[in-house]
Amino acid sequence: MSNIHVNTIVNGDEVGFLCDPRETLLDCLRDKLSLTGAKEGCGTGDCGSCSVKLDGRLVCSCLVLGAEAEGKKIETIEGMSRDEKLHPLQEKFIEHAALQCGICTPGILVATKALLEKNPNPSETEVRYWLAGNLCRCTGYDKIIRAVLDTAADLREAK
Amino acid sequence: MVQVNLWAGLRRFADGKDTVEIKAQNVGEILNALENKYPELKEIIEAGVSVSVDGKIIASGLTEPVYEDSEVFLLQQLKGG
Amino acid sequence: MALDDQRKSGFKFVGTRPNRPDGMDKVTGRAKFGADMYAPGMLHGAILRSPHAHAKINKLDVSRAEKLKGVKAIVTRADFSKKINFTSGKDLETWNVLENIMAGEKVLYDGHAVAAVAATSALVARDAIKLIEVQYEILPHVTDVDAAMAKGAPIVREGVADKSVPEGLNSNVARYHESGHGDVEVGFKEADLIVEDSFKTEATHQGYIEPHACLATLGNDGKGELWCTTQGHFYFQKICAALLDLETSQLRVTASEIGGGFGGKTTVFVEPVALALSRKSNRPVKLVMSRSEVFRATGPTSSTSMDIKIGMKKDGTITAGQGTFRLQGGAFPGAPGDLTAMCAFAPYSLKNVHQIGYDVLTNRPKQAAYRAPGSPMAAFAVESVIDELCKKLNLDPIEVRLKNASRKGTKASFGPKFDEIGLVETLEAAKEHPHYSAPLKVGQGRGISCGFWFNFGGETAVSLALSEDGTAQISVGTPDIGGSRSSMALMAAEELGIPYDHIRCTIADTATLGYNEISHGSRVTYASGLATIKAAKDAINKLSKRAADKWGIPKEAVKWEDGCAVPSGPNAGNFQPLSLKDLTKNMGKTGGPIVGHFEATPEGAGVSFATHIVDAEVDPDTGKTKILRYTVIQDAGKAIHPSYVEGQYQGGAAQGIGWALNEEYIYGSDGRLQNAGFLDYRIPLASDLPMIDTVIVEVPNPGHPYGVRGVGETSICPPLAAIANAVSAAAGIRLRELPMSPPRIVAALNGK
Repeated sequence: MSNIHVNTIVNGDEVGFLCDPRETLLDCLRDKLSLTGAKEGCGTGDCGSCSVKLDGRLVCSCLVLGAEAEGKKIETIEGMSRDEKLHPLQEKFIEHAALQCGICTPGILVATKALLEKNPNPSETEVRYWLAGNLCRCTGYDKIIRAVLDTAADLREAK
Repeated sequence: MVQVNLWAGLRRFADGKDTVEIKAQNVGEILNALENKYPELKEIIEAGVSVSVDGKIIASGLTEPVYEDSEVFLLQQLKGG
Repeated sequence: MALDDQRKSGFKFVGTRPNRPDGMDKVTGRAKFGADMYAPGMLHGAILRSPHAHAKINKLDVSRAEKLKGVKAIVTRADFSKKINFTSGKDLETWNVLENIMAGEKVLYDGHAVAAVAATSALVARDAIKLIEVQYEILPHVTDVDAAMAKGAPIVREGVADKSVPEGLNSNVARYHESGHGDVEVGFKEADLIVEDSFKTEATHQGYIEPHACLATLGNDGKGELWCTTQGHFYFQKICAALLDLETSQLRVTASEIGGGFGGKTTVFVEPVALALSRKSNRPVKLVMSRSEVFRATGPTSSTSMDIKIGMKKDGTITAGQGTFRLQGGAFPGAPGDLTAMCAFAPYSLKNVHQIGYDVLTNRPKQAAYRAPGSPMAAFAVESVIDELCKKLNLDPIEVRLKNASRKGTKASFGPKFDEIGLVETLEAAKEHPHYSAPLKVGQGRGISCGFWFNFGGETAVSLALSEDGTAQISVGTPDIGGSRSSMALMAAEELGIPYDHIRCTIADTATLGYNEISHGSRVTYASGLATIKAAKDAINKLSKRAADKWGIPKEAVKWEDGCAVPSGPNAGNFQPLSLKDLTKNMGKTGGPIVGHFEATPEGAGVSFATHIVDAEVDPDTGKTKILRYTVIQDAGKAIHPSYVEGQYQGGAAQGIGWALNEEYIYGSDGRLQNAGFLDYRIPLASDLPMIDTVIVEVPNPGHPYGVRGVGETSICPPLAAIANAVSAAAGIRLRELPMSPPRIVAALNGK
């Protein structure tokens, strides 16, 4: 099978790559664009550590083919902070010790950013169910939930 | 002489005893002396044992000193995760 | 014996909650994990794995695969060391590791590696392994521990049993442990009530989200570089060198950030294979496991079958405890039947106690540690029986445990007397905690359990180099699996008297430091921490000498205070303090670079105890359990960074919840693993759990300068029983098999 030339926009930058039709968007982000923030934890869409936004929609990049990215806008963890400044969620995660090994953290940050953009005032239950697609094995989720709720409160106050 | 306590499963290799008297100044000497006195213990000691000296658990070190009145226990090798 | 210079109070940095140093890297995605490394000319590896639980390999033909365009090397068992023999003693484990990472004459479990390919892309490698032809002669298999011990069971491997195994057991029984003291028969006669029961737990996996991954470069000159996700890169260096006939020091291993370990990354699976492929192809080889490979072919826990008998008097005194623990650890010896037996009754001061542990072979993957190996299962069985006794005798579960609790001086169930321990403190904290007295609704149940783990020391080497600008660099050899870099910096800051932010802690590669034991056994904050403190003291010693030289006074007349060298008293002289920065700024001219270091095998890790309280609610129609409230109370000795201690407590509890309610290895009658993915191997989600409350108890460990006890493992010891007790109370029936999944609970309720 011959390779496909894909043109896409990642974190605001126009990029292009060649991929085998079988390669996933996750493979392409990591191996062709050097964006290794998205991780492969399972390859079957169960763990969420590959979470990215595709045309504004939260998806598992391991379930999207590289070729499907043609002409679309992709947002990854690498695009979350502007220049030197971290996104409030990133700061709160560090402050609350909401990560231990950190492998699930990029996926969870992308997912919770998407949540707060959609619902700036989520309840604890709503945060937990939104994150049901992101597995964390280290923390038991407690400090993650606290960090998200704290950030949401701060962002509401800032408005 | 130091009193060395063996776990029950080792009794049959030490003439049925669960406590044996050993002349030694440190953990390494205890293990050597046990192997010499009871050759059947050699395989088990070589596979790895931990030793407790007065309640302090020595996972693998041989240089820990022991005294006449030390309480010494042989323990199965500790492994963690 | 306490260290002479143990500090118990007056800490300036220790006990605070600063930001961790690797936080920025991890929240931006910059941190490099095992699969995040790339090299020019890199090939991709893939492994062919057995689809059978037990079979002889009659033919292995790689010729078709070799011809596929893009394939650069294929390895089999023949490409590994031929010097490793099936012997006894310490070398036996090396042979077992080799046999596990690449099959020899037989495949021993579904997923056992048979051959490996390196190719120009991951897809080509994957296509190539499909072209390898293997002729298997299928043999009878066994996956259940009791079935494996039974007469007439298929024998997994001959000649594995050692001298400890008594006569009359079949060859699948590899090891035997027996210990205890007193006379249990006498003890049972004294009891007013005896409860005897049997329990089973299925195998679970550590479930780290990051699969094993490495990038290996090995030349024909015997020199190599290995980048891998690991809990112990020095051990990996040692074992890979042995398996590939290399001189240890010619292989340099660098530990990546690790995406979870919990004991499962304490040994090699794909790393020697990647090195062999690299040597054969003369190119770097990247090998990453898929999730299903992780489940099928890394190291889950043992599954267990246990019998417990405990006698208790009406007043709650336990008169005798007896336990038999049968564990299977896959097709290799190593199931912690001994540790399970030794931990089972450890929280209790018993006059009469007897425990037996079996390590049994089955056609399953080689087990590996999972937090406190063996202890959670033992606690499940023993604490369930104690719970039954309390219920039947109408006694309070915490009062009964306090009555029988091990304390300093208690003769432990495994033999020696305990030194300073904190079990009673955790029980008293549990008793006082509002959770324990909070009201419960109908259909809700509360369970408590204690748990115990040994913790240990192990080889440690640390180096602390000072920079001219008065800042410090710590090099440790223990991969950071829980936030330890932050704790090292806090301890160094405490000793040196300079700000936490002026200290950077790095996990050094194997070429930089002396041997460091694997990050396991809850040893890092204890051992690397102790070594960091000592290395800092060594640096201070050298700094003090520079100050003394500058002032022209003896070194003994200088002391270190608040980050400065000061004269130790008025007689020493009237000199202005010299800060660390003053002394380092021209250290090159005053004697050379200043580096403190420490190498030792510290022994004196304190054991740790915990008590957990759980409230649960069971839906009688679906059998689903909801965890309503969870409190972890555990002795940390001294919490260096409380947020990360809390993190360990919460993480262990969450894993325990999964183990108790949902997680299990499901084998078909064909011996194949049926649920090798996160969909069907269900670990807890954010939506499954409540907030997990924590209480840090601090009973200092005499063996550490600040009193630190390891905390990483004990947190997984109580949950299985605490949850079983809560669920049994909520559902009104005792559950004896884990996991207590919805179908099991419904079946138990219907059978009532």
